[in-house]
Amino acid sequence: MKVAVVDYGASNLFSVERALVRVGARPERVRQAQALAQAEKIVLPGVGHFGALMEALARAGLVQALADAVARGAALLGICLGLQALYAGSEEAPAVAGLGWLRGTVRALPSRKRPHMGWNRIEILRPVPLLDGIPSGSWFYFAHSYAPPPEEHTVAVCDYGARFAAVVQKGSVAAVQFHPEKSGAVGLHLLRNFLGEAG
Amino acid sequence: MLARRIVPCLDTDAGWVVKGRRFRHLRPMGDPAELARRYDAEGADELVVLDIAASRDGRATFLDTIRRVAAQLSIPLTAGGGIGSVAQARAVLQAGADKITVNTAAVERPALITELAEQFGSQAVVVAVDAARGERGWEVFIRGGRQRTGRDALGWAREAVQRGAGELLVTSIDQDGTGQGFALPLIRALTEAVSVPVIASGGADSLEDFYRVFAVGQADAALAASVFHEGRMTIGELKGFLQARGLLVRV
Repeated sequence: MKVAVVDYGASNLFSVERALVRVGARPERVRQAQALAQAEKIVLPGVGHFGALMEALARAGLVQALADAVARGAALLGICLGLQALYAGSEEAPAVAGLGWLRGTVRALPSRKRPHMGWNRIEILRPVPLLDGIPSGSWFYFAHSYAPPPEEHTVAVCDYGARFAAVVQKGSVAAVQFHPEKSGAVGLHLLRNFLGEAG
Repeated sequence: MLARRIVPCLDTDAGWVVKGRRFRHLRPMGDPAELARRYDAEGADELVVLDIAASRDGRATFLDTIRRVAAQLSIPLTAGGGIGSVAQARAVLQAGADKITVNTAAVERPALITELAEQFGSQAVVVAVDAARGERGWEVFIRGGRQRTGRDALGWAREAVQRGAGELLVTSIDQDGTGQGFALPLIRALTEAVSVPVIASGGADSLEDFYRVFAVGQADAALAASVFHEGRMTIGELKGFLQARGLLVRV
């Protein structure tokens, strides 16, 4: 199955692509709006800075293209910064607007040690197809300093100084704060679930 | 709560894993891709691959090693050895590493840390600090432990974090390859001095050593090479031991 991987200039798509290949997908890098027009499955990966991500998406015309794709029912999986981008904004770049599909502001984690780097467990609040077969309490790999507080579309949380949204689902849009592509077998299982969902 | 991480390290030279003592007496230990696959399957939390011949050898072999190792992994990969510029770091990340580690070049030109953090994010920048006991405290060494700098390890660690390091990889040169256990006072002092995760390295020999670097040293992660390469313990065995002693590990 073809999966569009949004490439906005961050250099580390390799792990995501490799993991997608491993679960049987054909990842294709997408840099321009037109290329999203036909996509049924879209991955929005993300490392780096919230402001830089939103500026890069805007420059490539991808903000509208992502909204259009989701509006026609394409399945989207945001990863890490790709989850944070779904919110109205972030403390990391207060002057920059996010996609605004989810309510609230991404906040700095209130912990002495940052980044939140390593393996932590998620608590599943609500079953969704993306988490099929994944028990609450499963370990995932995190690497981030900001995270959104839980809201109505949060389906799993994680705790690091405070509870934050670890998995969100709103219609065909899903996102995870951790890195499923670096989270061992359980991470690959989640990616398989994403591919298997009704587009 | 984060799990304490167990991080096997592959010191490589010309495409092969070498070990004896990280800074001396190298001998071949195996194929990096094979070891990577084994450690991923055994439950390693991350993997580090270092080019110990960085100053002597070309980069192409190491980039190929990274590609071969990354292809085996479903866990994060850190790579380094001789990285001195954003362009070199980008090549390493594009070969499949998730994080890069810098050492000598960062000491010689600390602005490199900021450049890397701005380009790739702090979460991708690991600053390696090689330290040995000095007259007062611990002194930073560079060039694979061969050259002293006169810099205080704690002061350098704080500066590296201020400049954008997302993690520190701290190796005790006194301890490395000796099997005398981690340098607990050094690790403890560093974990208290900085606000980023600390990976302790150098000296691991027994299950108890790992327990102590977490319980006493307060390390976030422990890195080791020969104890795993030589099969003196499996990662599963080690994690079972740590868990039984009350530490949180991913099992």
